[in-house]
Amino acid sequence: MLRITRAAEFCSSLRYWDPALSAAANQRRFGRCASQHGHNYRLEVTLRGVPDPATGMVMDLKDLKEILEREVVARFDHRDLNGDTPYFAKQVPTPENLAQVIRDLLIQALPAGMLDRVRLYQDEDLWVDVLEEAL
Amino acid sequence: MIRLTRRYRFAAAHVLHRHDLSADQNFSVYGKCANPNGHGHNYGLEITVGGKVDPESGTLVSIAALDECVQKHVMDRFAQCNLNEDALFATLVPTAENIARAVQDLLTDSVACEAGATLVAVRVVETARNYAEVEALASECVNR
Repeated sequence: MLRITRAAEFCSSLRYWDPALSAAANQRRFGRCASQHGHNYRLEVTLRGVPDPATGMVMDLKDLKEILEREVVARFDHRDLNGDTPYFAKQVPTPENLAQVIRDLLIQALPAGMLDRVRLYQDEDLWVDVLEEAL
Repeated sequence: MIRLTRRYRFAAAHVLHRHDLSADQNFSVYGKCANPNGHGHNYGLEITVGGKVDPESGTLVSIAALDECVQKHVMDRFAQCNLNEDALFATLVPTAENIARAVQDLLTDSVACEAGATLVAVRVVETARNYAEVEALASECVNR
C-alpha cells in the first residue's frame, strides 16, 4: 500500500454566525470571527492503494484533479461559505467543520476505500486533518 | 478521526554539548553545533491536538485557549532565550528531539486542563531541512 497526495486551493469568505442569535450576541460569542472575513484555503487530499501494475498509478492524478475541481473548488472558490453554499446553515464554518464537509463530499466521489486523509489548511499556521480508519 | 494542528514560532539560542565530554569529544559528536559560544534557530513548533468537535461551536479546541496555553508554557519560556540556561536542559542536550520531548512534557497536562483537548503530537522544526516529532500519550485532565 502506498499513499499519493494532491493539493488544491480555493479562496472563500465566511463568518462564524448563529442565525438564532442577535448580531450583538454573535459578536460576543464568536468575537472577530463573527465579522465577514476570508481565507486562502489549501486542501491536501491523500489517497491510499496499490498501484495498478499496468499504469503504475494508485489513481490517475488527472481524474483526482477533476474530482477536486468539481467537488471542492467549483463549490467553494470565490464564494461565501455561509451565503453561497448549503453546508453552513446549521453549523459554523470552522476549519473543523469545513474539513468534514469536504471529506463527506470526497468520500462519495472517490472509489471506495481509497480516501486516506483530508488536510485543510486555513492558513499556513493552522490546519485540520480528517483521517479515515485503517482498513 | 479529526486532528487540528497549529504552528507557532520562536527564536532561541543553543549549543549542543555534554558536560561530561571534552571540547574535542563534543566537536566529534555534535560538529559545528558544539561551537562553545552557541548559535540559534528560528524554530517552528507544530502542536497537534485531537478530540471531538463540539456541535455547538464547531470546534475541537478553542484556538484562543490553545494559543494562550502554548504562549504561557512554551513561548514565554523559550522565545528569545538561550535554551541551555533553562533548567529543563541543565543535564539534557537541547537537540530538536529533546526540545520536542520537553514541549510534550510542558503541554500534555496543560492542553488537557486549560484547552480541553488531547495533545497528539509535537513537531519541532529546527531548520527547513530537519524536524523532530514525538507522538504524545493520551492524557486526561484530572482536575477538569
